[in-house]
Parts: sequence; structure tokens; C-alpha cells
Amino acid sequence: MSYLKSFFGTRWGIILVGAFIGVFAALLQKWGNPPNMGVCVACFERDIAGALGLHRVDVVQYIRSEVIGFVFGSLISAYIFKEFRPRVGSAPIVRFILGFFAMIGALVFLGCPWRVLLRLAGGDGNAILGLSGLVVGVAVGVLFLKKGYSLGRNQRTFTSVGWLLPLIMASLLAFLIIAPLMGDGGKSGPIFFSEKGPGSMHAPLVISLIIGLAVGFLAQRSRFCTMGAIRDIILVRNFHLASGVFALLFAAFVTNIILGQFKAGFEGQPIAHNNHIWNFLGMSLAGLSFALAGGCPGRQLFMAGEGDGDAAMFVIGMITGAGFSHNFSLASSPAGPGLYGPTAVIIGLLVCLFIGFTMREKVE
Amino acid sequence: MAEHVDARGLSCPQPVILAHQKMKELGKGMLEVMVDTDTSRENVSRLARNKGWEVVETKKTEDSGYVLILKRD
Repeated sequence: MSYLKSFFGTRWGIILVGAFIGVFAALLQKWGNPPNMGVCVACFERDIAGALGLHRVDVVQYIRSEVIGFVFGSLISAYIFKEFRPRVGSAPIVRFILGFFAMIGALVFLGCPWRVLLRLAGGDGNAILGLSGLVVGVAVGVLFLKKGYSLGRNQRTFTSVGWLLPLIMASLLAFLIIAPLMGDGGKSGPIFFSEKGPGSMHAPLVISLIIGLAVGFLAQRSRFCTMGAIRDIILVRNFHLASGVFALLFAAFVTNIILGQFKAGFEGQPIAHNNHIWNFLGMSLAGLSFALAGGCPGRQLFMAGEGDGDAAMFVIGMITGAGFSHNFSLASSPAGPGLYGPTAVIIGLLVCLFIGFTMREKVE
Repeated sequence: MAEHVDARGLSCPQPVILAHQKMKELGKGMLEVMVDTDTSRENVSRLARNKGWEVVETKKTEDSGYVLILKRD
């Protein structure tokens, strides 16, 4: 057990985890998930928001059991290895706002950092702009961190607090399975499930859930984080997390080639647009938000599974942001950015700068 | 008396930043870093090794955190 505990903290451990995510993300596409979207935390949380009726775009509504699996996989791992640590109180409202704008930025690009990698691995050249934006956003976040940016200290809290997000996820699983009619006095949804478009494309529930659990377990052990990978290279010239990210990219690329899912180009890529400026700036906003909040969307789910109530606030901020993104015409579609998406990205960047410049302290 | 950094309760990557700043400030000697999660323990240990510091000891504390004793001659 102690070997297993330490193995995932090694270079080979994180490479194995990245490769596992890459292979199974590509396979999930083969088994029914949308193209270049085997796993996308932003897209999947957006689909969950839609399924709950927080937005009414009927092509992106589904309760994605991968997300539920991520949280429970992490929770199980945290309990087995005695790392479940309920904590809360480190600027929760700020984390909510950062999650909110991270989602808006991600939906202007159309993907979280994991999907940036999966789109690249599928041959989507537009992801290069997304990746560049992500790196710039994280780099700006690093500048703030170097200048003393801090969300403040958290505090230990009751175990039940750490269980709240997992319990929300358990409720979502119940909604997914039972799909009760509770709207309109019990006559219609929510829960809404897309009948066409990406929301209608999904691998079988059990497969998605099992892969989600496995990824959650492994990622909790290895601390896999795409934003952290970029940040650590810039901040301390450390490539530990980055080796996992490269492994994900390479493994997904090879799997896509084998499965015939690779198609290189900028035009006509699945669930993507080719407006370079807003692909870049959307992901810059997302990257800056992730850096200021201390983790990419996947990592926030894994930390929430370890009992981190502040990470849970980021997750809820993202789901809320998804509702706003579609209700306020901010999210992009394959036709290009939403009508007010660019304005929202600029507002989001200004909010992040406001947070970054004002939340500084000398901790010691 | 070793210099010390209290990084308990701080989000990633602040424990690493604070420890790194202190290492640069000291150059060599003994440094105690207090953290409260296994992730921070691993990150600070990895940083220390990368920057030429030895992790002499990792002590578990009563509040289930850790004190890392770092040393560089």
C-alpha cells in the first residue's frame, strides 16, 4: 500500500495517469461521447447545467456521469489513503466568481484544458490558439502569485462539510437514473436530456461512471493538474505535472490514430469554431481564472472530493457560469463566438485583474 | 534555531512559492516548512530536492499536518 501511495507521486506515476486519461478519453469518444470531447470538465458541467434547466439550449443537456465519477473516485482514494481533509473558508465568494468566469472563457473557446489537449490530439488546429491563450492566462496568474496574491488560509471544518459536493453529485446520479418530471407542476422536465447535438452523444452510463471513478482515483493520487503543469514550468521550472499532460496528449493522439479519429485542420472541426482571437482570449480568461483559483476544472473536482469546500465553490461557480453563458448568448457555437461572448471575456479579464491586484498579502 | 515558513491552510502553489522565496533568501542552512496537506508536503519536498536542498525529516504533527525539515550546506 505504501508503494502504491508513493508511486503516483513519481514521474512515472503521473505519466501513467496522463496516459490513462488520454487513452480512455479517446475510447469514450469511440463508445459514444462527442468527438474530441471524450472528457471535458467545462463542457460536461455545462451539459449538467442544461439538464437541470439552468439553461435551455436543447443540444447541450445531459448529466455526465464522468463528472460524478471524478468526485467519488477522488473521495474514495482520499479515504483509503487517509487524505480526506474537510476544509473551507479561503475566499469562497472569490472562488465562485473565478469559477463563473472560467466557465465563460472556456465556453467561448469551447473546452476546458483537457479538451484543449483532446482537440489537439484529434488534429484540431484551433486548439493551438486555445493552448496559447491558456499559457498566457496562467503566466499572468503566476505574476500575481509572485507578487503575493493570496486567497487566504482555509480552516479545518466538519466532515459533513467535505461531503456536501459528493452528496450533490450523488443527487445528480439519482436525477440521471430516475429523470423525474418535476417542472410545470410535475408534467415536464427538468431533467432535460438532449435528443440531438453533442448532449445526445454519450457512452453508456456505467462505462462513463467507471472510467470517471478510475480517473478521479488516479488523479487524486497523482495530483494531476493541467493548469498546475503550465504554472510549475513558469514558476519553478518543474516539469513533473507537465510530464502527465504530455502523456495525456500523446496517448490520446496515438489512440485517435488507431481508432481513425484523427483529422488535421482548422476548418470543420467538431464542436469548435475557428475565430482565432476569441479562441485565444477565451482560454486566456479561463487560464487566468484557474491560476488565481489554484487548479484546472478537473483538479477542482478532485480537491472537492478530498473535502475541499472552497474547490466545491469553484465547481458550483462553473455550473452557474454555464447557465449564464447560454442564457446570455455568451457561449460560442461552431458558427463562432456568441453575440455577447467577447464582451463577457473582457469583463471577466477585468474582474480577474481586479482580484489579482487587490488580493495581496504578506503571509509570513 | 531554524528559519521557518508556515504554509498551513494555503492553496497550491502558495506553499511552494513561500518555501522557494525563503530558500532563495537563506541560500543555505536549515529551514522548517509547515504544511497541512499531503499535496503540499509532496510539492515542497520536490521543490527542495530540485533546488539542492535535502529533506532531512518529515514530522507528522498533531493536527495531521507536517513539518518538513530542509537543509542545505
